[in-house]
Amino acid sequence: MTSEPILAVENIKVRYSGLPVLRGVSLWVAAGETVSVVGANGAGKSTLLRAIMATQPVFDGTIRFLGREIHALSTEAIVRLGLVYVPEEKMLFGPLSVEENLRLGAYVINDAARIEQNIEFVFSLFPRLKERRTQAASTLSGGEQQMVAIGRGLMSNPRLLMLDEPSLGLAPILVDEVLDTVRRLKAEGMTILLVEQNVREALDLSDRGYVLQTGRMVKEGTGQALLDSDIFRQAFLGI
Amino acid sequence: MEILLSSLAAGLLIGMALALVALGLTIIFGVMDIVNFAHGEFLMIGMYTGLFTAQATGLDPLFTLPVAALVGFLLGGVCYYGFIRFLIRGPMVAQLLGTFGLMLFLRNLALLIFGSEDRALHHGLLVGRSIDVGMGVIIPATKLAAAVLAIFSFWAVWMLMNRTHVGKALTATALNPQGARYMGIPTEKMNALAWGIGGATVTIAGALLVNFWSVNPFVGLLFTMIAFTIVALGGFGSVRGAFFAALVVGLIMEFPGFWDFFSYTFDIQWMYDIPMTSFKYTWVYLAYFIIMVARPRGLFGWKH
Repeated sequence: MTSEPILAVENIKVRYSGLPVLRGVSLWVAAGETVSVVGANGAGKSTLLRAIMATQPVFDGTIRFLGREIHALSTEAIVRLGLVYVPEEKMLFGPLSVEENLRLGAYVINDAARIEQNIEFVFSLFPRLKERRTQAASTLSGGEQQMVAIGRGLMSNPRLLMLDEPSLGLAPILVDEVLDTVRRLKAEGMTILLVEQNVREALDLSDRGYVLQTGRMVKEGTGQALLDSDIFRQAFLGI
Repeated sequence: MEILLSSLAAGLLIGMALALVALGLTIIFGVMDIVNFAHGEFLMIGMYTGLFTAQATGLDPLFTLPVAALVGFLLGGVCYYGFIRFLIRGPMVAQLLGTFGLMLFLRNLALLIFGSEDRALHHGLLVGRSIDVGMGVIIPATKLAAAVLAIFSFWAVWMLMNRTHVGKALTATALNPQGARYMGIPTEKMNALAWGIGGATVTIAGALLVNFWSVNPFVGLLFTMIAFTIVALGGFGSVRGAFFAALVVGLIMEFPGFWDFFSYTFDIQWMYDIPMTSFKYTWVYLAYFIIMVARPRGLFGWKH
């Protein structure tokens, strides 16, 4: 964890029609780490990820990925560098089959053998998707759709996987399943930036965490340290 | 009976040619939800391209199709990069008025360059030839060629969309552009490609049409309207729908033939007296009206 961070966000500011949403947010992720960003609704968590992906204009600050300034790049170019975002809204290609969705996730990969390897990996991670490979994505349950979204993100061998509220709207048993998947990916050595509403579980499985409150990072530390901290209680129990 | 069969054959043939006219409109809508009011003007440019290439080179108009396709592809790409991509950030009204403006611009540019007179081809391998298939049905070679090429173009587009990497990326862009960008798909290029393919198919249609249809700068609107009817009937964005809807519209355009068949067969005096051919397109637009009221999403639904 002493290595150069692969993602370094410094003091970024984002505004929605003049109103500040992120008021100078910094964060870093080192290779192999799992980092969580937690915070109440409207704290700016999703905005932060969208700003990193260049789908949300950044007003000030720098974003470096693998030592490269990326904030002037297009979303597609950022994906090509190996920074993959699994959006909260999932954004599946509904009428297409599960397998077609997964294969589109490997769009930036030209090596056919590797695509097959990746699809086998995703199917080993989510055996249920293998059973439903020919089914249209829109006909799946919420939990299965989330599996497709995560699997699709894994198809391009990301250097950093950003998961935006992967357990949102899922039944408690499925929440555990999704978070177990994140644990498994972490064990496989994947670098993960996780935004979660299940604060305890997220911080519990992460190496480090950040607490975002109304557009500011108010606390940073190891998962346990954050769970014990006063500011954490304030941010979550005070609402 | 001959009238009935000839009308059926003529309707299906013109339907297939019209399918090719409508193909580009439905592709562009399918990928980026824009209705291109200048579609008929693209066709008009295809007709002039076919005509002038044939006249300048002495080649048969059939061999001008690759030239027309290239012109159409570039025209579509240039319109997208130079104009449309600024519109898609705006509201729906801006898009409608924008492509409407493009229509006026292209039409008047053609008027400036080519003048207002009708021009037609009077030579060519197919011009004036026909095939007698018996039962009184005579098929003009030009229309048969247009029909065959229309089928081929639909097949080619279907293969592109369903069997190739770039086709999958186009489909993804159509279904969810933001999701596609998160997959690393360059959606701007995909939009431009959709305009290129849309432009190329309609200019091919133009170069085929000029074999049996004279061209002037105002020819576009008629075809825009017919293409709209087809695409509305088939379902906006549906390639398969456009094909079958075009056959239906082709048959509707032959309504006067069917009318004559009835009046002769059953010898109904009052039917003779109505000059039905004068109202040829009325039925097409009436069909459009009925579709919009009864089934606004078309036969096959949007984007399928």
